[in-house]
Amino acid sequence: MHRIVRKEQLSAEVFRLTVEAPLIAGERRPGQFIILQLGTYAERIPLTIADADPAAGNITLVFQVVGRTTHLLAELKEGDAIPVVLGPLGTPTHVAKYGTVAGVGGGIGAAPLYPIAQAMKRAGNRLIVVLGARRRELLILEDEMRTLADEMIVCTDDGSYGRKALVTGPLKELCARTPPPDLVVAIGPPVMMKFCAETTRPFGVRTVVSLNTIMVDGTGMCGGCRVTVGGETKFVCVDGPEFDGHKVDFDNMMSRLRSYREREEESHHKCHLALGIKEEE
Amino acid sequence: MAQPAQKENPSTAGLRPRDRLAIPPQPMPEQDPAARRRNFSEVALGYTAEQARQEATRCLRCRNKPCVAGCPVRIDIPAFIKAVAEGDCGAAIAVIKRNSLLPAICGRVCPQETQCQAPCTVGKSLKDTAKSVSIGRLERYVADLERARGIAPPPVKPDTGRRVAVVGSGPAGLVAAADVRREGHAVTIFEAFHKPGGVMVYGIPEFRLPKAIVQAEIDTLAAMGVELRTSFLVGRTRTLRDLMAKDGYEAVFVGAGAGLPRFMGVEGENLVGVLSANEYLTRVNLMGACNPVTADTPVMRSRRVAVVGGGNVAMDAARTAVRLGAESVHVVYRRTEAEMPARIEEVHHAHEEGVVFRLLQNPKRIVGGADGRVTGMECLRYRLGEPDRSGRPRPVAIEGSEFMLDVDTVIVAIGNAPNPLIKRTTAELKTNEWGGLLVDDKGMTSMPGVFAGGDIVLGSATVIEAMGQGRVAAAAINEYLEEKG
Ligand SMILES: Cc1cc2nc3c(=O)[nH]c(=O)nc-3n(C[C@H](O)[C@H](O)[C@H](O)COP(=O)(O)OP(=O)(O)OC[C@H]3O[C@@H](n4cnc5c(N)ncnc54)[C@H](O)[C@@H]3O)c2cc1C
Ligand code: SF4
Ligand code: FES
Repeated sequence: MHRIVRKEQLSAEVFRLTVEAPLIAGERRPGQFIILQLGTYAERIPLTIADADPAAGNITLVFQVVGRTTHLLAELKEGDAIPVVLGPLGTPTHVAKYGTVAGVGGGIGAAPLYPIAQAMKRAGNRLIVVLGARRRELLILEDEMRTLADEMIVCTDDGSYGRKALVTGPLKELCARTPPPDLVVAIGPPVMMKFCAETTRPFGVRTVVSLNTIMVDGTGMCGGCRVTVGGETKFVCVDGPEFDGHKVDFDNMMSRLRSYREREEESHHKCHLALGIKEEE
Repeated sequence: MAQPAQKENPSTAGLRPRDRLAIPPQPMPEQDPAARRRNFSEVALGYTAEQARQEATRCLRCRNKPCVAGCPVRIDIPAFIKAVAEGDCGAAIAVIKRNSLLPAICGRVCPQETQCQAPCTVGKSLKDTAKSVSIGRLERYVADLERARGIAPPPVKPDTGRRVAVVGSGPAGLVAAADVRREGHAVTIFEAFHKPGGVMVYGIPEFRLPKAIVQAEIDTLAAMGVELRTSFLVGRTRTLRDLMAKDGYEAVFVGAGAGLPRFMGVEGENLVGVLSANEYLTRVNLMGACNPVTADTPVMRSRRVAVVGGGNVAMDAARTAVRLGAESVHVVYRRTEAEMPARIEEVHHAHEEGVVFRLLQNPKRIVGGADGRVTGMECLRYRLGEPDRSGRPRPVAIEGSEFMLDVDTVIVAIGNAPNPLIKRTTAELKTNEWGGLLVDDKGMTSMPGVFAGGDIVLGSATVIEAMGQGRVAAAAINEYLEEKG
């Protein structure tokens, strides 16, 4: 059992939980994630470890309400427990001194980006952060990122805050600078990562993306999380979640994400109604 | 009307071999195929007392015990069968438990037709292995009676204060835990999943091995004082090295299984609708997707399913697909039925349940529509050629024989490789070319104090072999601790 010690709402759809998990807090490294489960027959969902405090024995999880499990998670209160938290899973980020690292976070992608940005900064890199969201209320972790970043660019799709742009706009400008960033880490919705990779490709700027595929076990035993990277099959839960964005077959990944579409849409719709979240698109 | 079990009466006790051979083999009572296509309850219902007695009476009590030689853990088969014939199930279970700790499971899932029942004198005399004494069914009968009465946990010696870690709760891990615990050592089992049991829980379906049976074995271990920590991934939650160096475990048994699904490497394999049997079965068994009311985890709603492979895993996936309501289920296998590694009974049951066997065929590529979903599988026809290294005839593709199988789901069941995580996170461990951990004849790996057994060593093998290796390693661990002092 993993007790929730703190619960915060970061935006209309996004929550942050601080959860007791001493072993995971001690072992985790940037880029890793956990799988949680709210009951014996409940779905297993992966969530990035957004931060950890090994001394207190806590990890931080940031999630957006997108389906049944995240909806139930959003209903939990401080003091409640999460029955299953397995981790830390996945291969940690390769942290090194690259020079200038540009982190690009789209929407909820800011959460997984945060621990990587933190580690890159600590490793002595100059850190540029591009944060984007559909509109102002959906922007998360801005203050946290500002304290890390040497340079910060914020944009929204509708111009309600910061620049009116998609993250690929500022990203392209960064790549056109001399010198361009030595590494781009782009995390967000699959389409965003796909276009970030397309943006940096002509400039030859190395681009790492972090994939959030469907998972079951999260330990390499089912292959449900597999993606095609450079023509080879990779398991996101063990070989990833980070891959070279220029080699990922995003179209295949996006269709695989829709494998259980019908069923998920049903429950997603019900959840949003229950939480009073307005559906867009 | 079936008669109640009774002491073997003088008339049967004095039977001559000829009379015993004349007793007809007792068929296993089973759920009707049409009914079971729509439920996940166990197919085989188990012998009645009278059937068990009759079947036991068929045994000739051979002096040379060829059946025992065929049993991977050398159960004294004629001795336990004699006890069944005499109606003394307490004695029968005691004989079995000397060598096997999981008889209710092995009685159901062992490939008896290639093990104990293959050399059985009765089968040989009647020139048909199918007519051998049904040793597995009798084993199951005895074990089920024991469970109904309540399994008595084996005695545990006084605490020694020494700690042993067991990684994985499949048959290898469970048996190793029991045997080490019996000597009075403290044992902790670490299991990555939230439920213990390994393949017996996430892989083998309820209709073949009810989960309550596996749970009863786990409860017995708990009653012996074995600690179980689920959702704990050794290598990630804690490294094997730290378990020993920091957490005080003096020895470790690694029974992490062969959970890495192999894929075929053909075009279209990552389309939506192509999945490993592991994924399919895990969703249904472990995550309970067969019951959408109680489970959140979805499973493919398939109409036409192809299952590639010919082992138990393929049969389980195919029969699961039938139960989930697929209109047609095709097992695609590149050899013939004679070469299929699956248990004969499972192949037979799959036939009865309407699974279509497409033999001497194999996928060439999988094709999909614009939405990235499977629309068909292009196959090639094969013929049998010269025997290969495994001694089975090599399947040879017939050029130009391509044809399209109209399916929306492809389940890949061509085998699993040993879980690589522990090796990847423990540099000291040596592996063979297949990724199996290398062990000596006592089950010790290349790392002192670390033992291993089961599928992590053998690759995909069997429950009984895993159990056997767990036992050997447990004995070696007990010895190791003693010597270490
Ligand atoms: C679908 C299917 C059907 C089968 N049918 C039969 C049959 O009819 N008859 C038969 O004899 N055999 C059958 N087998 C094979 C048999 O189940 C295996 O040989 C046997 O279970 C192996 O036992 P094991 O203890 O080595 O490993 P497993 O049963 O695989 O158990 C390993 C356990 O270790 C856990 N684990 C792995 N890595 C870690 C880690 N790093 N930390 C913590 N825990 C970890 C896993 O989650 C798993 O629970 C079948 C296999 C499958 C998949
Ligand atoms: S070989 Fe067959 S007949 Fe002979 S003892 Fe074994 S089970 Fe009985
Ligand atoms: S989630 Fe099962 S292998 Fe990655």
